[in-house]
Order: sequence, then structure tokens, then C-alpha cells
Amino acid sequence: MKKNALVSILAILLACCVVMGCASALADSQKQRTLTVFNWFDYIDEDVIKMFEQETGIKVTYTNFTTNEEMFVKLEKSAGSYDVIFPSDYIIERMIKEDMLEELDMSKIPNAANLIDWCKSPDYDPEGKYSVAYMWGTVGILYDPDQVDGEIDSWGALFDPQYKYGVFMLDSIRDSFGVCLRYLGYSLNDHSEEALDAVKDLLIQQKNDNIVAGYLVDETKDKMVAGEAAMAVMWSGDAMYAIEENENLRYVIPKEGSNIWIDGMCVLKNSQHKDEAMEFINFLCRPDIAAMNQEYISYCSPIQQVVDGYDEEQLNQPALNPSAETMENCEFFHDITEFMELYESRWMEVRA
Amino acid sequence: MKRSWFAYPYSLWMVIFTIAPMIFVVYFALTDTSGALSLSNMAAVGQETYLKILWRSLYLALICTVICLLLGYPAAYFLASKDFNKNQTLFVLILLPMWMNFLLRTYAMMSLMENQGIINTLLKAMGLEPVRMIGTEGAVLVGMVYNFLPFMVLPVHTSLKKMDQRVIEAAEDLGANPAQVFRRVTLPLSMPGVISGVTMVFMPAVTTFAISRLLGSGNFMMFGDLIDKQFLELNNWHFGSSLSLIMMALIIISISLLNKADPKGEGSAI
Repeated sequence: MKKNALVSILAILLACCVVMGCASALADSQKQRTLTVFNWFDYIDEDVIKMFEQETGIKVTYTNFTTNEEMFVKLEKSAGSYDVIFPSDYIIERMIKEDMLEELDMSKIPNAANLIDWCKSPDYDPEGKYSVAYMWGTVGILYDPDQVDGEIDSWGALFDPQYKYGVFMLDSIRDSFGVCLRYLGYSLNDHSEEALDAVKDLLIQQKNDNIVAGYLVDETKDKMVAGEAAMAVMWSGDAMYAIEENENLRYVIPKEGSNIWIDGMCVLKNSQHKDEAMEFINFLCRPDIAAMNQEYISYCSPIQQVVDGYDEEQLNQPALNPSAETMENCEFFHDITEFMELYESRWMEVRA
Repeated sequence: MKRSWFAYPYSLWMVIFTIAPMIFVVYFALTDTSGALSLSNMAAVGQETYLKILWRSLYLALICTVICLLLGYPAAYFLASKDFNKNQTLFVLILLPMWMNFLLRTYAMMSLMENQGIINTLLKAMGLEPVRMIGTEGAVLVGMVYNFLPFMVLPVHTSLKKMDQRVIEAAEDLGANPAQVFRRVTLPLSMPGVISGVTMVFMPAVTTFAISRLLGSGNFMMFGDLIDKQFLELNNWHFGSSLSLIMMALIIISISLLNKADPKGEGSAI
């Protein structure tokens, strides 16, 4: 009897494989052009995808991730399932190092010429061979002026015990460590044990002083709009969203300096749809499309024509258009994969 | 007539979705990134940081189970009583929350308990001091009890319901007062249901992960969150699997302890 069961199971498995094989052969024969896009959650105006499908006849499968690390895990575990991805600067650096990215054929992406100058040759991809900037932004403090004393201009406010349960931190290792590193006068990319221990002590102190309201990512912006806490460490685009919902809120890039980042668009080396992928990247660089996305997600667009279209209020908004000196004072994250364990163990100690 | 082939589709299901994943978990837990056999990940679970998180999970799950029992037993008792036989409204009310996904319910709890949430707005409107609920251990506990309470009520209700009423009548005829009847007849006979309820509440409670993030604002990392982080954020499948293996071992131990108390499996509602 047992033998019988095993045989049946194998037979069913075999049948499944045959059916699936036929299905995929059928799909191939129809020659439908397809594309799988892997982007951050809530990071595109979905109408743009429909427009792209209508204009090109390419069928887009749109999938999401929440953090760079999560994206990287999924790319490793299901190689070949994605075509266009939207990684951040330091992940692009790492993927170039690991030879995961396809060199872009710029003749297929003429709209990349619309990029503002400093985004054309970022230091993680100096010749712009593997990535085209999609959005950029900074990390700063979003605060509610009614709940704080005066103006906030330093990361120090995050560690001030007068703000009882008043500060939302980011549940993201590099961002949370990064702001502390800058506050203590180190580089964002420091990985010495001395610096990281100092950061750990600072974060544990902050938690023990009951300053932390929570460690969250996606929920924070809505909580800030509702006035749940005095301030939050936040990405500039989320801050813009919150400010649009609640005009009272303010965004500041502290004087100690912060992180500036670019999310790029890249094509994977193991992609089966490279032409479609480059067509998609070109489409997103078209000024009218870039403007739609900028308006929808409120991050800073690297497309010159979009920037030229900003109104007075947008030009004066540090979350959208930081001053030149502020940007001088910000730095990119670099790939420090081999030292991440030093970060992770300390972060777990903070969070436990 | 044997119809054992009826069970084949389910066996296949089990092979693919239960047995194969278990093999993967064990394999990842006992190897390192190079694929060599290694106990280093298992040993790493013993670090103070992780024991602290494990302890918090066990302790919160235990309190949650006790509260569910204290709330759930009387409710099940009332639902199973004769006075209530015909009216199913309350029973439906207890089941009702289970018809909706638990994440949605937890989001709803979040907007109730926030500082500017519905409860605090009401308190303020009544001239009372607002209470900080969200981001506290208490909020996580309330969320767990709310989500898992039906798993306690149902098995206890089942065991009370199928109890032979004549036994109780006999006890009464023999002169036992209501308290004695409950303590010496009803309670012992309902123990299988209680044990099943305790298992069904404790297991999901100890592996909770989303509730602690949404209602605890990430301030109280639980064992489930820790495992989730290893897989999704830190890309450490080996350590994540070691943690899962420890968790499974703990659950198996607690189930077998409970099974000793209910050898015939009379209360099993699973």
C-alpha cells in the first residue's frame, strides 16, 4: 500500500511538471513581449505602467519590496525572475561588484540625457554605465513645531529626554546607525568597532530614556500626520507626503550632515527581456512621465525638465530642493557588506 | 472497502508544504553559508540578546493564554448552558471577528489605541487624561488576546456542550451544591477542551510577529519578529532556521506535555 502511495505521488508530480511545461511552451509561442519590474512599494504612479503597456504593447508584471536588503534576498533566491530593478546607490555598487547588472545600451535610453548633471556620474557608478537615476532624496528629521521647543537643527534633538516617547526611529539598520554616526562626528560609512559601539550606546541610552515612540518604516508618515509624536527620522519623500497632508510639519536636514541617496534603475544580467527593460527605463526618463511620478510619490526627480517646473513653494521646500551647502554636507552610503555583521549584532542589542 | 487513495491529494499537499519545508529548515539550521555541517548557528541562539527576546515571547504568550482562559472559560460555559441553547447571537458574535483577516483587525486596533486615536479622543472629550497605549507591552497583549480568544472559547465550548447532562443531574440529586458540581464534575470533564484551547492560544501567541510591530510600534521585538528579520532583512537564512528549529522544539515539548494531561485527545478541536 505504501509503495502505491509513493508511486501515485510521483505520478502526480510528473503530471504537474508536464502541464506546466506545456503551458510555458504555449506562452512562448504567442510571442507576447513581457517585462517584470521590481520596485519599492508605493514608488510609482501606477497609471504610468498602464500608459507604458498601451504605448509599447509590452505586458508588465509589477512587484514590490520594502527595503534594499529584502530586494537583494529575493534577487538571490529567485534568479532570472526580474528584469528591471530599482536599487539604491550602495546596493548598485555591490551589484556591480558582484557582476549582477547588465551594462546599459545608452542608444536605447536617449531620455537619460535629461538627467541633472550630478546624477549622471554618481560615485557608485562613475560612468553611469549600469544605472540611470530614478529618484533621489535625503534623510532628515520631520517634526511638529507645536510639540518641540523652537527650531530643530541638530540630530541631538533625537536624544533629548524631554521628548518622552516623542521620537520615531527608522527600523532600518544603516539609516538608524547613519544618523548617529553623523551626530557623533563619524562618516556614514564608518565601520570601526569604536564608532559602532558609541552608536550602540547612544541608541540604547535613547531607548532607556523612553524617548523612542517606535521603530517603524512605512507606518511613520501617517503617524506623523496624525500628530502621534514630536519628530521622526524620515526619508525626504515620506516627509513631503506628510507635509502635503499636514502643512504644519517641517523637514530639516540637521547641521551635522546626513545621507543623500539615489535610487537607480538597473537591468539584471540574467534578465530575459533586456530590450524591453531598457525601453521601460527610457520611458520613465521622459519628462512628462517623470513629472507624473514626481507628483505622485513626492521624491526629488533627477530629470532637469521636472526640476525646471517646480513652483516657488517647491523650490523653498528643503525636502524637495535642499540648498547647495546642505547637499555638500551630505554623503552617500557605500557598500560595506563585509562589515554588516558588526552593524547587525549591535542593532539587535539595541532592539532586544 | 479501502478507499485510502482519498488521502493521496492531501498527502501530496503535505509532502510539498509541510515535510519539504521542514527538511529545508533543519538543513539550513545545521549548515553554515558554505553549506558545511555546522552547529555555530544553533549555538548563536544562546546569546543573551536572543534569550531576552525568547523570554519575552514566552512570558507574553503565557500571560495571553491565562487571560484568554479567564475570559474564555466563563463565556464558553455561558454559551453551553441550557438557558442559552436556542439563541445563537452571542455565539456568532464571538466567531464574527474570525471572519476577517487578523492583520486588518490589528490595524483597526492600532487606530483605536494611538495617542490621537479613537479611545484617547473620547477620553479627552470627556475631560480625562489621555493614556499612552500604543507602543506598550500592554497594547501587544491586548492585541494578542483579542486575536486568539476565539481559539480558547471554541474548544472549551465543544467539550462543555458534549458533556452528558445526566452526570450533572446525578451530582445534583446526590446533594452537591452548584459550586461543588462545577468543581468536581463540570471542570474535570471540560479539561480536554481547556487543554486544547491552551495549546491553540499559546502556539500562535508565542510565534506572534506582526502584532508586536503594529501595536508595540517595534519596541518589543518578539521571537517571530526576530525570525522574520533574519529571513527578510538580514539575509541570514541559516540563523533564521536555527531560531525556527528552537521554536518548533519548544512547541513540540509543550504539546507533548499537554498531551500527557489529555491522553485520549478528547478535547482536540483541530
